[in-house]
Amino acid sequence: MVNLLQVKNGYWVKVVNVAGGVGMERRLAQLGFLPGNKIRVIRSAPFHGPLLLDVEGREIVLGRGVARSVMVEYL
Amino acid sequence: MRFALIGQPNCGKSTLFNQVAGYKAETGNFAGTTVTFTETKVRVLGDVVELVDLPGTYTLLGTNPAERVVLDYLVDKPVDAIINVIDATHLVQGLTLTLELMELGRPLVLVINMMDEAKRQGLKLDGEKLESLLGIPVMPMIATRGQGIREAFTRTWHIAQEKRIPTPKVYSEEIEKSVISLKKELEKDNYPVSRRAIVVKLLEGDPVLTEQVSRKIPHVLEHIQKELDVLCHQSSRQAVWLIASERQRLAREMARKVSSQQQTQLTLRDRLDDYLLHPFWGYVFLLAILGLFFYVVYGFGKMLEEPLLNFFNHLDMLILNALHANGFIAQVVSGAVQGISGGLAIVLPYLVPFLVGLGFLEDIGYLTRIAFMMDSLMHRMGLHGKAIVPFILGYGCNVPAIMSTRIMEDKRDRFLSAALSTMVPCAARLAVVFGLVAFYVGPWAALGIYFYNLLIIAITGRIITIFLPEDSPGLILEMPVYRWPTVKTITAKAWFRIREFIFEAWPILIIGSVVLAIMNYFSVTRYLDALLQPFNWLLGLPREVGTPLIFGIFRKELSLIMLAQAFGTTNYAAIMTPQQMVVFTVFVVFYVPCLATIISIRNELGAKAMWAISALTVVVATIAALIVRLGFLLF
Repeated sequence: MVNLLQVKNGYWVKVVNVAGGVGMERRLAQLGFLPGNKIRVIRSAPFHGPLLLDVEGREIVLGRGVARSVMVEYL
Repeated sequence: MRFALIGQPNCGKSTLFNQVAGYKAETGNFAGTTVTFTETKVRVLGDVVELVDLPGTYTLLGTNPAERVVLDYLVDKPVDAIINVIDATHLVQGLTLTLELMELGRPLVLVINMMDEAKRQGLKLDGEKLESLLGIPVMPMIATRGQGIREAFTRTWHIAQEKRIPTPKVYSEEIEKSVISLKKELEKDNYPVSRRAIVVKLLEGDPVLTEQVSRKIPHVLEHIQKELDVLCHQSSRQAVWLIASERQRLAREMARKVSSQQQTQLTLRDRLDDYLLHPFWGYVFLLAILGLFFYVVYGFGKMLEEPLLNFFNHLDMLILNALHANGFIAQVVSGAVQGISGGLAIVLPYLVPFLVGLGFLEDIGYLTRIAFMMDSLMHRMGLHGKAIVPFILGYGCNVPAIMSTRIMEDKRDRFLSAALSTMVPCAARLAVVFGLVAFYVGPWAALGIYFYNLLIIAITGRIITIFLPEDSPGLILEMPVYRWPTVKTITAKAWFRIREFIFEAWPILIIGSVVLAIMNYFSVTRYLDALLQPFNWLLGLPREVGTPLIFGIFRKELSLIMLAQAFGTTNYAAIMTPQQMVVFTVFVVFYVPCLATIISIRNELGAKAMWAISALTVVVATIAALIVRLGFLLF
């Protein structure tokens, strides 16, 4: 199990859980970060910028602090 | 009768609303353009219906103040029918909200918007099948072209008349058991939405509802906790997740049954991000796009400002000659002419191209891309990429910028981005920058002021962050697809903002100019000037700028137009050196936001924040202008 920051661009992963408080869990659950859902890292912005993700067909931007709290595993 | 428009962010609710209401609600191709509700009256089958546009929300469990509006509105006001708008290209995510809305116990119509976009992507949807699966009317729509709107409203009117309440979908057994058990607790009370909806929200842990219900029924908290424990024990997952997963499972099942995907070819539009978000070329494009934007605004404005100013100066001379130059009437008429010419010759030539350009960048979907690329830079001033939205809106007007800080979850982020975005030169200050500095000193000096402004904002953010450390998790944002805006929406949107200047600001400009002329005539301004004398001495400005600066608090354009009045000419080159113009403009850009902005800060963040931000801007303005003056003295 790794966090989203450790995933290389272009790889597909599966959400295991979100660590980081009820508020964050809820917010991310709304955007499709639910256990079992598939995510692909499309690209990341330079200078330690945020990640652009494909979450169930929708493009979502996550800052690095948030991405760190999403635990995933490779498919 | 009252209908409410509800949907996820950026699904086109406001576009639909504007199609029926004329342009009343701000629209933009990014999440969170609508932060509060807008109401209008529409005619449906001869009936007058109140229609309300609510902010976009992913679920009814609002986590920021803008989303909170939705649930609060539904609880407070009697809504006869809900029109749920979803984006055809994101059916599963859209349907999860639909499932939640079905629980509320209000008549519901589902509108599937952006059918044209779905077609482009090779997506086929069977609306009739979805209608039978959900048990509520399903209407296709292309809101940008006005297709399907009349049909949707007629249908909504019918189900509102019949009071057709949708049957909520059944969740997994363990959730249903908890729902039934908790529902008994609420039996006696009267609630504005169905009890099932309230119980589900309690299980999802909505803090506001939990508080409200526990005040009425004190022992309910224990019961909720017991049910949560049971659920957590059975599935080893939190109830929030369990319910969200259930909705997603149901939504996915339905979407699979009603949609089919055909092969399509990738078009340039799908590959655009490879260039515009490229680690190197993305920034080159960003600079080029913003540079071009600046150049067009400047070029267009200058082309009009020169002849218009000449015309009005000539007119002013004629009037002064005709009515004895020093008489009271001559001064008052001349004041009015200067107020009119200020709006027409100095403000509008820059405001119009600026607002059209900003609207275009917004609607095409480029703003969120800027947020993505600028996130790491924004972190350096203690904010995250989402704060770019108030910043960019701030270039148009600070009032919507302040309101848009509602899209941030964290209170500290809201304060900081409000404080910093009030220092962003709005269109009114743009008029001062362009009308004075670009026109008399040169375009590069104006561009320099914009960069200097960004630098000062960044440093201020950095310093505030020392006292208010950043603790928010960071950026969470949905990336919109590129959309080609229609000419109609762009012009309507620009007009929506220009109208505000013409009908609200311009009259004040003219009145202010006349009042100043009268004050000048009776030599009252001397006392006002004396009040600001310490600043002027420190910054090396002529003493006459005192009164214009004070009037500038009402409207920023006034500080320039009143300057003309104070000196009795619009030829600024005769009365100020280029250095003084730059120092004056820098001060005007930063010091106290205008009255409207101050009021909206108080409304959004409270009186304390209002005073703090106003004081902060005066300090920053003085320091920033002083640095420029010292710079001129040294080099």
